[in-house]
Amino acid sequence: MGGRGIAVSVERAAASAGLVACHLCGLVARPVSRAAPGHCPRCGEHLAWRHEHSLQRTWAFLIAAAILYVPANALPVLTTNTLTSSESDTIMSGVVYLYTSGSWPLALIVLVASVMIPLGKIIALGYVLVSVQMRSATSNRQRTRLYRTVEFIGRWSMLDVFVDTFIVALVQLSPLMSVAPGPGVVYFMAVVVLTMFAAMSFDPRLIWDAARKTTPTLAPLAAPGGGALVPRGGPSEPGEDRDGIRA
Amino acid sequence: MTRSYSTVACRGCDLLQRIPVLQPGGKARCGRCNQTLAAHPAHTLDRSLALAIAAAILIVIANVMPLMSLSVAGRTATTTLAGGAYEMWLQGSEVTAAIVAFCAVIAPAGYVLSMLMVLLAVRRTPAPQWAGTLVRWAESLRPWSMNEVLLLGVLVALTKIAELATVIPGIGMYAVGTLVFLLPWLASTFDPGAVWDRIAWAAGESR
Repeated sequence: MGGRGIAVSVERAAASAGLVACHLCGLVARPVSRAAPGHCPRCGEHLAWRHEHSLQRTWAFLIAAAILYVPANALPVLTTNTLTSSESDTIMSGVVYLYTSGSWPLALIVLVASVMIPLGKIIALGYVLVSVQMRSATSNRQRTRLYRTVEFIGRWSMLDVFVDTFIVALVQLSPLMSVAPGPGVVYFMAVVVLTMFAAMSFDPRLIWDAARKTTPTLAPLAAPGGGALVPRGGPSEPGEDRDGIRA
Repeated sequence: MTRSYSTVACRGCDLLQRIPVLQPGGKARCGRCNQTLAAHPAHTLDRSLALAIAAAILIVIANVMPLMSLSVAGRTATTTLAGGAYEMWLQGSEVTAAIVAFCAVIAPAGYVLSMLMVLLAVRRTPAPQWAGTLVRWAESLRPWSMNEVLLLGVLVALTKIAELATVIPGIGMYAVGTLVFLLPWLASTFDPGAVWDRIAWAAGESR
């Protein structure tokens, strides 16, 4: 396939130059008013310097998800009724069942998708949020990569909800055997949906704003050249090109 | 295109950058955070349209044909995609049913339908404004369209049930399996830049 283009950096954030990129069509616009950027002239989308109330919203979704993570794992997701018995399964006991019945690769997939990914997402997003609020200016690239991983991987936690749904849909052979969803499914699904909302609410540009020590909406319009506004990486980023050019 | 460079602001870190006009198949990444700034897929919008039509047909098949059936002791049970969500609803888990239906049926169908209409609309320039609205819908539906997660979920469910009964995969399952590859393919050939170039400006300007 064709080679990569060369991006020539002009060494400053769009917001500090009074420019804003439309988050839908990508058009770079120069709003008249800083307080109310208005709408994109090309696609009509509402323009914003950063996602509105990004940190508050992300925290709200994240805290709600963390709280619901407890009942999601403690309560049963499936209840199996047979002629003689009734048995409830939590997510963890479902994993154990898969493992003991010999399909350890599937057990591992469910364990990773249902237990580790939701917890990892909550911890990772929490870390990124705290680091942004502490105005950390180091390891920006790693934090950006972490955020992107969370955003990309989040949907896979929905796995167990689908598993439960189709087991319930198929195993309805009463009175012989039937499976009903337990109360845990709703909580578990809420965790997945809330962490997805949390990841969508977060604006990764905030990671890079911290280096400027000012919020973008308050940043003065910089003089041409804008050397003082060059966001520098910390000592942990020796790879950052001085001129920002990368082939 | 007449300009040799265009100015973009990185979605990932807001760095202003000038990128040259990309060769077909070319891609520009942010020099600071490695986010893809722009891509110029090597294919025309016609290729995307062909894929969108194929995806639309497969979505119909995936939703109409049985996903899988189970037989035990002379009794059989069959389910479709929507049937799974409906059974969840009947069993008293309405919220779960609604979200499953959204992620398994509504979001993929909405995504493909939006893309199809966008790609048909931009065959004529200038394309109407609503094509832009549909691009927005497609973008917001895409994270919730979970065909690949669904497929893996169905496979895990099959493995769990296979202990108890004979499970027969249905045609719907193969359709979902094909969509798992078709939808990312459609997304990768889709060139939003080419679409925006053809859509009439909201503010009434002309290019």
